[in-house]
Amino acid sequence: MALAARLPGSRRRRARGARARRESRAGLALVSPTFVVVLVMVVLPVLWALVLSFQRIRLFQVRSVDLIGGEYTLRNYDLLLGSSGFLEAARTTLLYSVFGTAGSIVLGLAAALLVRRSFRGRGLVRAVMLLPWVAPVVAVTFVWQVLLSPQFGFVNAVGTELLGWDAPIPFLSQERGELSLFGIGIGVPTALLVVIAFESWKSFPFAFLFILARLQATPGELEEAAKVDGATPTQILRHILLPQLAGVIALLAVLRFIFTFNAFDEIYLLTNGGAGTQVLATQVYAFLTARNDVGAAAAVAMFMAAVLAILLFVYVRFFAERERERAA
Amino acid sequence: MKRRGSLRYTIEVRALRVIRPLGIAFFVLVCVFPFLYMALLSVRDISEVIASPGTLIPPLDQITFDAYSRVLRSVEDGGEGFGRFLLNSAGVALGTVVVTLIVSTLGAYAVARLEFFGRRQVHFLFLAVYLFPPILLAIPLFVAFSRLGLRGQLPMLVIVYVAQTLPICVYMLRNYFETVPKSLEEAAEVDGATRLQIIRKITLPLAVPAIAATGLFVFMIAWNEFLFALLFLVEDRQNWTVSLGVSQLKNVETPETTLMAGSLILTIPIIVLFMFAERLMTEGLTRGAEKG
Repeated sequence: MALAARLPGSRRRRARGARARRESRAGLALVSPTFVVVLVMVVLPVLWALVLSFQRIRLFQVRSVDLIGGEYTLRNYDLLLGSSGFLEAARTTLLYSVFGTAGSIVLGLAAALLVRRSFRGRGLVRAVMLLPWVAPVVAVTFVWQVLLSPQFGFVNAVGTELLGWDAPIPFLSQERGELSLFGIGIGVPTALLVVIAFESWKSFPFAFLFILARLQATPGELEEAAKVDGATPTQILRHILLPQLAGVIALLAVLRFIFTFNAFDEIYLLTNGGAGTQVLATQVYAFLTARNDVGAAAAVAMFMAAVLAILLFVYVRFFAERERERAA
Repeated sequence: MKRRGSLRYTIEVRALRVIRPLGIAFFVLVCVFPFLYMALLSVRDISEVIASPGTLIPPLDQITFDAYSRVLRSVEDGGEGFGRFLLNSAGVALGTVVVTLIVSTLGAYAVARLEFFGRRQVHFLFLAVYLFPPILLAIPLFVAFSRLGLRGQLPMLVIVYVAQTLPICVYMLRNYFETVPKSLEEAAEVDGATRLQIIRKITLPLAVPAIAATGLFVFMIAWNEFLFALLFLVEDRQNWTVSLGVSQLKNVETPETTLMAGSLILTIPIIVLFMFAERLMTEGLTRGAEKG
C-alpha cells in the first residue's frame, strides 16, 4: 500500500490489479483445505443421503449393493408418512426443541443477569456455571440417571423421606404421570419433561455466555440515566436491557433450536427413546441399527434437514432482513 | 417513570437484594451438585448405596476405591480396560486438534485478511455443517467407511471430528485475526516478505493465545463426542474411546458406583483443562457476539 501510494495513477491501478489477483489466489489457496474437508465430509454425504433415501437398502447389503445405480423408489417416504411412530416422533421433536430452547435461554438470561455486577468470587461462579455444558454428555446423562433412579436415586430418596411422596417416581421410564396441584390431578408427560429439563440444564451455559458477553458490551449510560430518573430494576430490564438483548436472544433461539432439534446423544443415553421421548434423531438410529433399514433412516434424516432448512429460510427472510432494515 | 422513593422501587430493590444471592446459590448448586454426587457415589459400595440412598457422604471407614481399580484394570485382569480407552481418546482428540488447527488457521486468515472470490459465501459452509443433523451425515459415512473397510479405524474418526469442528474454529480464529491491526503485516509486505512468511513470522506468534484457546475447545469437543464413536467403533473394543467405554459399561451388569467412577474418569480431564483456560476459550467464542 505504502509503495503503491507513491506511484503515478495508471501504474498504481495496474499494480493494484496484480496485487488483487495475487491476493485472490492466495485466499483461495489458504481456504481450500477447509473447503475440501467440508465438501468431502459434509456436502457430499448429504447429497448421498438424499440418494439413499430414495433407495431400498438394508444394512447388510451396503458392502455389495450398487449404491448409485439401483432402483429409485418413494417407498421410504410413503412408509414414513403413513406410520404413526414417525408422526409421533416429529411431534415429540418439536416439543423437545421448543421447550428445550426456551428453557436454556430463560435460565441463561437469569444466570447472566445475576452475575452481571461484580462480586467476590464472581470469576469462579462464572466458570462453575459453564460446567454442565463442557462436561461429557455421557457422564452427565449417567449422573442424572442415577440421581433420578427409583431404587437408589437421591432425588427419590429425598422425595419419599422428606417431601412425603407416596412412592418413588420412575422419572425416566414413566410416560404419563399425575401431578397434583391444589388437589387437582393434571396428567404430565414425565419422561419428556425430564429430558427437556436435562437439555435446558446442559445448554443454558451456552446462552449464559453469549448473553453475558452482550450485557457487558452494552453502554451503561442509558441504564444510569434511567436509574437517576427512579426506574425500578424490572423497568430497567423490560425497557432498557431486553431491547438491547433482543438480537442475541433471537440468534440464540435459532442456534439452540437447530442443536436441540438435531440432538441425539441426550435422549439416546437418558431414555433410549422410551417412555414417549422418541425423537426423530433417535428414530433414525433405530431404523439404522435395529431394523437395518438404511433407506428409511436416510428418509427420516432428510425430513429433519428439510424442516430445519425451511425454518431457517423463514427466519432469514422475515427476521434477519427486518433487522437489517431497522439498522439501516 | 416513578420517583426513586416510590413503593415499587423500594420493594423491588429490597427483593433483589435477597433474590440475587439466592439465585446465584441456586445456580451454583445445580451446576456443581451432579458432579459432587458423581464423585461421592464412585467411592461407595453399591449395596450400601441401595441401603441408604438418601445419604450423600459415606462413613469414612466405608470409602472404597474398588470401582476405580475395576474400571482402569485391563480386560485380561478382570477390569474394564479404561487405560486403553484413555489413550485412544487422547490420541483421537490430539489428532483432531492438530489437523483442525492447521486447516482452520489458514482458512481463518484468508477469510479475515484476503479478498478472494467466494469470501462472503464462506458462512454457507458453516451453515452446511451445523444445519444438517450429525445423524444424517452418519448414515452415508457409515455406509462409505463400511464399504472401504475403514469403519473401525481411529483415523477415520479424526477426519469426521475435523469436519465437525472446522467451521467453529474458522469462526473463532477469524474473529481474533480481525482484532489484530493490519499495519504490521503491511509493513512486512513492503519489506518484501511473502504471504506465508507473513503468516508464520507475524500473524501466528500474535495469535498464539487464540490458537491455544481454539485448540482446547476442539480437544473438548473431540473428547466428549459420542454418536460417531458409537456408530463407527462399537464392534471393536480395542478402539473404544472413553465416552463409548462408559456408555457400554451400562450394557453389562455393572454396579452404578462403577459407572460413576468411569464417568468421573471421563470428566476430570475436561474440567482440569477448562479450569485452566476458561477465560481464553469463552472469550474466543463470544467475541463476535458482543456487537449484537
